[in-house]
Amino acid sequence: MRYLPKSPADREVMLQEIGAKSVDDFFASIPAEFRLNRDLKVPRQMAESEIMEWFKARSNENTTGFHIFLGAGAYNHYRPVVIDSLISRGEFFTAYTPYQAEIAQGTLQSIFEFQSMICELTGMEVANASMYDGSTGAAEAVMMAVRLTGRSKALLARSVHPEYREVIRTYAKHQGMPLAEVNFADTGRIDLKALDARIDDHTACILIQSPNFFGTIEDVAAVADIAHKKGALVVVSIAEALSLGIVRPPVEADILSMETQSFGIPLGYGGPYAGVIATKEKFVRQIPGRLVGETKDKNGKRGFVLTLSTREQHIRREKATSNICTNQALIALMANIYMTIYGREGLKELAKQNLAKAAYARQQFAKKAKVLFDSAPRFNEFVVQTTDDPYVVGHRLTDKHIVGGFPLKKFYPELGNAAVWCCTEMNTREAIDAAVAEVK
Amino acid sequence: MSEEKILKATTHISQNEGLIFEKSSPGKKGYRLAPLDVPEVDAAKELGDLQRENLGNMPEVSEIEIIRHFTRISTWNYAVDHGMYPLGSCTMKYNARVNESVARFEGLANAHPYQPERVSQGCLRIMKVLADALIEICGMDAITLQPAAGAHGELTGVLLMRAYLESKGNPRKRVLIPDSAHGTNPATAAMCGYTVENLKSNEQGMVDLAALEAQMNDEIAGLMITNPSTLGGFETQIGKIAEILHAKGGLLYMDGANMNALVGKTRPGDFGVDVMHLNLHKTFSTPHGGGGPGSGPVAVKKILEPFLPVPTVQELPEGTLRLDYDRKESIGRVRMFFGNFGMHVRALAYIMANGPDGLRQTTEDAVLNANYIRKKLESYYDLPYKMPSMHEVVFSDKQQAKNGIKTGDIAKRLIDYGFHPYTVSFPLIVHGALMIEPTESESKEELDIFIDAMQKIAKEADDEPELIRNAPYHTRISRLDEVAAARKPILRWKPKS
Repeated sequence: MRYLPKSPADREVMLQEIGAKSVDDFFASIPAEFRLNRDLKVPRQMAESEIMEWFKARSNENTTGFHIFLGAGAYNHYRPVVIDSLISRGEFFTAYTPYQAEIAQGTLQSIFEFQSMICELTGMEVANASMYDGSTGAAEAVMMAVRLTGRSKALLARSVHPEYREVIRTYAKHQGMPLAEVNFADTGRIDLKALDARIDDHTACILIQSPNFFGTIEDVAAVADIAHKKGALVVVSIAEALSLGIVRPPVEADILSMETQSFGIPLGYGGPYAGVIATKEKFVRQIPGRLVGETKDKNGKRGFVLTLSTREQHIRREKATSNICTNQALIALMANIYMTIYGREGLKELAKQNLAKAAYARQQFAKKAKVLFDSAPRFNEFVVQTTDDPYVVGHRLTDKHIVGGFPLKKFYPELGNAAVWCCTEMNTREAIDAAVAEVK
Repeated sequence: MSEEKILKATTHISQNEGLIFEKSSPGKKGYRLAPLDVPEVDAAKELGDLQRENLGNMPEVSEIEIIRHFTRISTWNYAVDHGMYPLGSCTMKYNARVNESVARFEGLANAHPYQPERVSQGCLRIMKVLADALIEICGMDAITLQPAAGAHGELTGVLLMRAYLESKGNPRKRVLIPDSAHGTNPATAAMCGYTVENLKSNEQGMVDLAALEAQMNDEIAGLMITNPSTLGGFETQIGKIAEILHAKGGLLYMDGANMNALVGKTRPGDFGVDVMHLNLHKTFSTPHGGGGPGSGPVAVKKILEPFLPVPTVQELPEGTLRLDYDRKESIGRVRMFFGNFGMHVRALAYIMANGPDGLRQTTEDAVLNANYIRKKLESYYDLPYKMPSMHEVVFSDKQQAKNGIKTGDIAKRLIDYGFHPYTVSFPLIVHGALMIEPTESESKEELDIFIDAMQKIAKEADDEPELIRNAPYHTRISRLDEVAAARKPILRWKPKS
């Protein structure tokens, strides 16, 4: 086996030095009845060339070369080649969690830079080292609001990604955390009147997403006014991080949970991605997950360490703020490199291109179908209602090597034949026109 | 100070590098966008007062500076590619390059999770073949690949236990957890609404059968066990443990952190486990990436299958694959989409590179390596538990502590010898633990150099303890002030005002 660095003679020598007859001696503590005395039924040992070939064939069964108009929580943006070139350095991708700070300063400094940039972009004061993804991050953010307020209930806007809400329901189920949903108004934004009516003395927080699942940018300030008056916190989830290049950050939020996939992380059939939680400084001791802080060594030299770990499970066990152990360091590094490449001006320029592409597409679609919720501002996603069933439209588009919008029927039956479409810098005018041509 | 005795490493120049913000200046660029092929829009008109004016202190740097910045800081890390990384319970094995190559094929890396199933057959096939292989390796009946990490898998697993028990009429109140368990186990049980009840280990570091028998009743949902335990020993009474639980309607959960000791030699499903999680980033070689991404599939017995998270991958009679969302008893979702698919790709490539013979040899080599280290170091370090070792061995600092040298000090000195330290101070039932897991990826030569280093440090502890107390000497920075970091946290860069 080519990954194993031992010759048969090495093994013999080692056994002799240990004083064992055969390697089976070491497995003698496994009761005989439980020992496996046959080969596992898994694929036979394959050559590297065969492995490449097998996966290439699987890759070709997918959408190679298709035009993608899907967003809905996963965004198709260009990934500069510098990202993979850098994260492929073994020093980054074959390292462990930086518990031994003296020999992990590369990882620690990169996380510190990630935390810093997330703060700059979101307008929050502190950010953690990352979470599994946006959906679990949103669940953790809601649980954090419950801890902070000592209140038990959480409200979720119905315009939050349906799968995020499903994850939160799973997490909340056995924690004595009742959940309720608040519907959206005609604008596609959260119904503020309904929100006002639903918040009571037991409400820990309202979770909204902005831009929301329909692509509409929420009025976070108005939501915060209502919530804060009644002592509830505002948790804002951001699924399309690039929106922050041109959309004012939701500084009125108390806790922010963001999916960073847009920042140079491959679509990868849904993962791995990286979430992040950012918040106000005064809430830092309730933030879940890892944090990297700056400090000095014995000679006064700047260095970075994992810090405030008394919140975490390996110290607090069942009293920890979360059971989370890993973060998504390598994925956060991708986001870090991406944010560095585009930086202060590039993220704005790029976001503006997305705004223009989506505006153009919206106008074109409006000639053939109905664009819903068009009165409120949006970034790069919009909802198109067609005469044809969106699954039928989708099928037609797939034949033309176009992946159309995400049909909303399953989660929002009241919207009829509607689908949420996304246009990024990757969608050419030609492809947009081709997609519009198939829509009716 | 003479350091000729250090075999593995020597010092070399490493580049200094500040924070990226400190290199930024207005007008530098690391990107260029393609020209816009649609009409420009007025952002103020589109967004009104929601338009953002500027991006604060985000950096502005050129491409070469970015390459140098991250390359320089990368060289400050220790990594598996540098050498042995004996972190116990973490299974720091070789991360094969073919895994990285196949994960980047366009049709996989660029697949959108919501693209239609008929143009996702390649992704679904990968998930199905991996699922089948993992089920076989574990001796279980069904699996979900959705959990994003080990702790996330634990959460899923305990939710599955709870859902099953609820369907039987009573979710029960408490979960038994041995005192040797990972911290994630109790934290997880608490998140699932269970009270944690501690199960004491016996003198051999194994589950105390009498205590288990006494503590087990119809208020106990189950036991979360790690096998081999965090001491590296196989629970020889595992069959009895399962019987005791099952007799009173409880379930046996296995933390699969130590599966690298078992693959191809025994199967948890065969020794009575009802539900378990795997860590693809440990046993199945997906890279640790400096702390994630992980992947924590959960394998279950038939009785728990109805409760698996939605969706599952289903094969239709004619061979097409689909996602099954119609599962009424499901615990729901634990993550959006389908989990860390990129890690599924890598784990399957690893299994294919090994085959059944390679997987078994891997396990045997991992166990051989641990026993070799044990043999060579047991006269230098205290071995608190004498049961046979599998893939890892746990010493204590008892002998060195006489001179005031603790496990953490030995770990820091090991850095000077060119190695990443072992796991320090865990498991908690061993005072001053040194938990060493070499994995199968180490050659005899590398092991001998490690053993040599550990033996020399033991001698230093006797002869010149001061030397150890102030280690490491050869790193860029010396020991960092962690107390100051926690007392007045600086968690982000800010411009000097």
